[in-house]
Amino acid sequence: MYSTKYVKPNSTTEALEAIKSLSEGKFLAGGMTLIPTLKQRLASPDGLVDISGCKLDSIADEGETLKIGAMARHISVAESAVVKMAIPALAKLADGIGDRQVRNRGTLGGSVANNDPSACYPSAVLALKATVHTSNRSLAADDFFTGMFETALEEDEIIESISFLKPTKANYVKFPNPASRYAMVGVFVAQFGDEVRVAVTGAGEGGVFRHQEMESALSSNFSADSLSSVNIVSDGLISDLHASAEYRANLIKEMTKRAVA
Amino acid sequence: MNEVTKIDGIGSSVRRTEDKKFLTGKGKYTDDINRPGQVQAYFLRSDVAHAKIKKIDIKNAQSAPGVIGVFTGDDIAADKVGGPICGWVVPCRDGSATKEPPHPLLAQGKVRFVGDAIAVVLAETAEQAKSGAELIDVDYEELSPVVDFENAGDGAQIHDEVPNNCYFDWELGDEKATADALSGAKKIVKLRVRNNRLVPNAMEPRSALAEFDNLDDSYTLHTTSQNPHLTRLVLAAFMFAIPESKLRVIAPDVGGGFGSKIYVYIEEAVCVWASKKVGRPVKWTADRTQAFLTDCHGRDHVNDVQLGLDENNKIVGLRVDTVCNLGAYLSAFSVVVPTYLHGTLLSGQYDIPAIYTNVKGMATNTVNVDAYRGAGRPEATYLLERTMEAAAREVGMDPAEFRRINFIPKDAFPYQTQVALQYDIGDYEPHLDKAMEMIDYSNFETRRAEAAKRGMYRGIGISSYIEACGLAPSAVVGALGGRVGQWESASVRVNPTGTISVFTGSHSHGQGHATTFAQIVADKLGIPMENVEVVHGDTDKTPFGMGSYGSRSLASGGSAISKAVDKIINKSKKIAAHLLEASEDDIDFKDGKFVVGGTDKEKAFGEIALAAYVPHNYPLETLEPGLEENAFYDPTNFVYPSGTHIAEVEVDPATGVVQVVDWAACDDFGNLVNPMIVEGQVHGGIAQGIGQALLEDAHYDENGQLLTASYMDYCMPRADDLPSFKVGYTTTPSTVNDLGVKGCGEAGAIASPPALINAVIDALSPLGVTDMSMPATPQKVWKAIQDSQSVAAE
Repeated sequence: MYSTKYVKPNSTTEALEAIKSLSEGKFLAGGMTLIPTLKQRLASPDGLVDISGCKLDSIADEGETLKIGAMARHISVAESAVVKMAIPALAKLADGIGDRQVRNRGTLGGSVANNDPSACYPSAVLALKATVHTSNRSLAADDFFTGMFETALEEDEIIESISFLKPTKANYVKFPNPASRYAMVGVFVAQFGDEVRVAVTGAGEGGVFRHQEMESALSSNFSADSLSSVNIVSDGLISDLHASAEYRANLIKEMTKRAVA
Repeated sequence: MNEVTKIDGIGSSVRRTEDKKFLTGKGKYTDDINRPGQVQAYFLRSDVAHAKIKKIDIKNAQSAPGVIGVFTGDDIAADKVGGPICGWVVPCRDGSATKEPPHPLLAQGKVRFVGDAIAVVLAETAEQAKSGAELIDVDYEELSPVVDFENAGDGAQIHDEVPNNCYFDWELGDEKATADALSGAKKIVKLRVRNNRLVPNAMEPRSALAEFDNLDDSYTLHTTSQNPHLTRLVLAAFMFAIPESKLRVIAPDVGGGFGSKIYVYIEEAVCVWASKKVGRPVKWTADRTQAFLTDCHGRDHVNDVQLGLDENNKIVGLRVDTVCNLGAYLSAFSVVVPTYLHGTLLSGQYDIPAIYTNVKGMATNTVNVDAYRGAGRPEATYLLERTMEAAAREVGMDPAEFRRINFIPKDAFPYQTQVALQYDIGDYEPHLDKAMEMIDYSNFETRRAEAAKRGMYRGIGISSYIEACGLAPSAVVGALGGRVGQWESASVRVNPTGTISVFTGSHSHGQGHATTFAQIVADKLGIPMENVEVVHGDTDKTPFGMGSYGSRSLASGGSAISKAVDKIINKSKKIAAHLLEASEDDIDFKDGKFVVGGTDKEKAFGEIALAAYVPHNYPLETLEPGLEENAFYDPTNFVYPSGTHIAEVEVDPATGVVQVVDWAACDDFGNLVNPMIVEGQVHGGIAQGIGQALLEDAHYDENGQLLTASYMDYCMPRADDLPSFKVGYTTTPSTVNDLGVKGCGEAGAIASPPALINAVIDALSPLGVTDMSMPATPQKVWKAIQDSQSVAAE
């Protein structure tokens, strides 16, 4: 990697000041994407602002919602009794990200801010009607993800926490890419009374997305059978070495079936 | 036998004595070694597959911070340093020789694959070297890249010396007899199979540390090599034209090779050259991306097979036409792997009266292809065992029975095949029977039906393989175009107190030689194993030897040790006879003691050793003092391990995922020295074979960019991809060596891919699927299921 400055502030206020002092600074959360990118010299920020000292890692049940700090590590979410009680599907998702090393370092906020089209967390944020609390506003999940690796976040804006709406029922099932074990298709299904939300990650050319047809099918009948007649179009789905758009379309339906089974 | 010998000797599953350092992270690898004043090397590599270099501007790099020197192909050429050589060539069908284009250490005028080295930057730190390299400006004139090796003959010519991009067009066997046999056959089974390209992925990337001593004009090179003496020979004699005595090569702990660390690569040679040029030690270590781009890849064949059967379903003839991809330059063993290590194995375990094969080795704008665990033999086994399964299916026979009726009968050994080899010994039905029993073959249909109830397709697949290893009789190797001998050496030094230092020409990079070789010595001398140390990997310490590859270390290296120990015993008997005042003929050696036959007069081995080094009472007039012997062992034949592997899989039709649910491996490796280490080799080999069959695929795009250049896209087998293996053995001791041993290092990787693909095809056979290529990825399997259903719908 190229040499760069490193600072570790103690609050988001200090972090925001630090980033302003840099011309092309980067916030460093868990670094599971950023550090390899730097090592390969694919990025050359003039400074890294490590926000792991900003006390953003709390996990709290707030009644209707479950609030998780942006710096909560995947392992903390996976092992949290609070999360397991409130939204077990979210704990399961976190437990399936990467490997032990990644789970010990990677964070919720880092994953959501990066919005990798194959990351697991964005599907949970979208399906669980989450609210993303940043250093200066709160954004609804439906407004947050704007495209592959794109979000509504401004340059100098930090995710502080995310509030997930507790569902009646939820599940996450992913089909991992055999090599990277990122989601080749990951489906998060959440039921809120009569409403069902289905968020798909790993498959969309525009990143994570909701699947309206499956949502309405499941809203009227929450069962795998109700999905049989749904046609998953492959337009707009990623096609790569590992999976064609058609194969991904098949996996979307299959993983959704497994999620509701 | 005394208790100690029982614990330590041949046949005991002694725990590996070398593992303590490896398991505690204390291994000392090349990159762990540093020298005062060393500089770091970074290679600027081509990012285009095929181009003329119009200009290289190094000016800005030379003045970059920390940069000590920047050198290009011109600097190498000015010092007249040669490039890597090809260690084995073959004649072509038209009588011409293998085309051997030069392989410059740094590109001269042209780049031929993505990763081809253009310049080396030396700097105080690796980061500075890399930053310096970014300032080098290369002006390319891009040429049309040749990637599709089957049609490489129509592509742009890569080397002036290689017309039609064909390095060689080789044949073996009797073409006319085979044509006659096939034309007279009742049935001809035709199959076209592809052997997918693999990246070796040794855990430790390649590394080199070169030092030049200007006091005596000598070099020391630490490097990641499977054969340090060959590395020294090639570097000294062929590349630098210096006496071997002026170059010491040390291959310290080496973290896996699988073939990829046999050859001398350009990087280590450049480090040697540069260490004198800048007068400081030069270090280079590949990162994982460079390993993907520049380690020699493996396999990459397409084979067209025709198998003729008579009315009794006996094989009457076999013809195989192969095109293989050898990449941008010829690597050391790249020519022999798809020819004499492949074509000679086409008879498999079967009595085939006529065989003919033709192999075309093609140049492409991809990295060199050379030996990878099994090296030619997996490719031969894959095409043959896929064809055997297809043939059984076509004639409606059980695949096991079809193999059985075509096996070379037990009483036919030694058996001369139609493709040059003579199998000394083997017995194939017992391992087929045992493997079938281990996997409960007879009740498979019950399991298939049970799986079907769960909506899963279950399949079973057999592979009965043979391998020729323990390289090799030097005279045969020489007659077939090999440019080196293939004997192995050992020096056994008895220390004054009776402990032993074994110096072997073999090299261990994971195989456990320190344990296995010590067991042989302990067993033969009747001494505790901990009294035996095994030294390897340093040309200043070990006798000239050929190193480790081709499952040769025990059969050849172990046999050399055994012979050296025999010499020790013979000399010891003379000493014992003197000390015991008896005739040498009356001395028996047993359980570590020299005994005068029929008496209780005896001397322990340690007493003999002491007498040899403190010869106060010693037959000095007839015998030299000391107790140290060398042996060079040149085998009279290959050794021929064989076996049957049976895979059982379940395919999920909704996702195409293939799960390996059971595996039976029954191998005949002759006598086993350390069954635990052998079992580990079998496990590792099968894991790599499953990797090839289900997961791994090196994929270049049409521009010659390696798309699978990291673990994000190149899929290695992981523990949860594998079942628990059932491992068993039958034994026909090799008649070639005194130990009766064969090789076990490659067998798993040779046997397993066809077993697995046959099982996948069997699973999908109810749908009418008859073919599946490697790797059988979920997407590919799902597509095959979809296509079969759409065919059914039509």
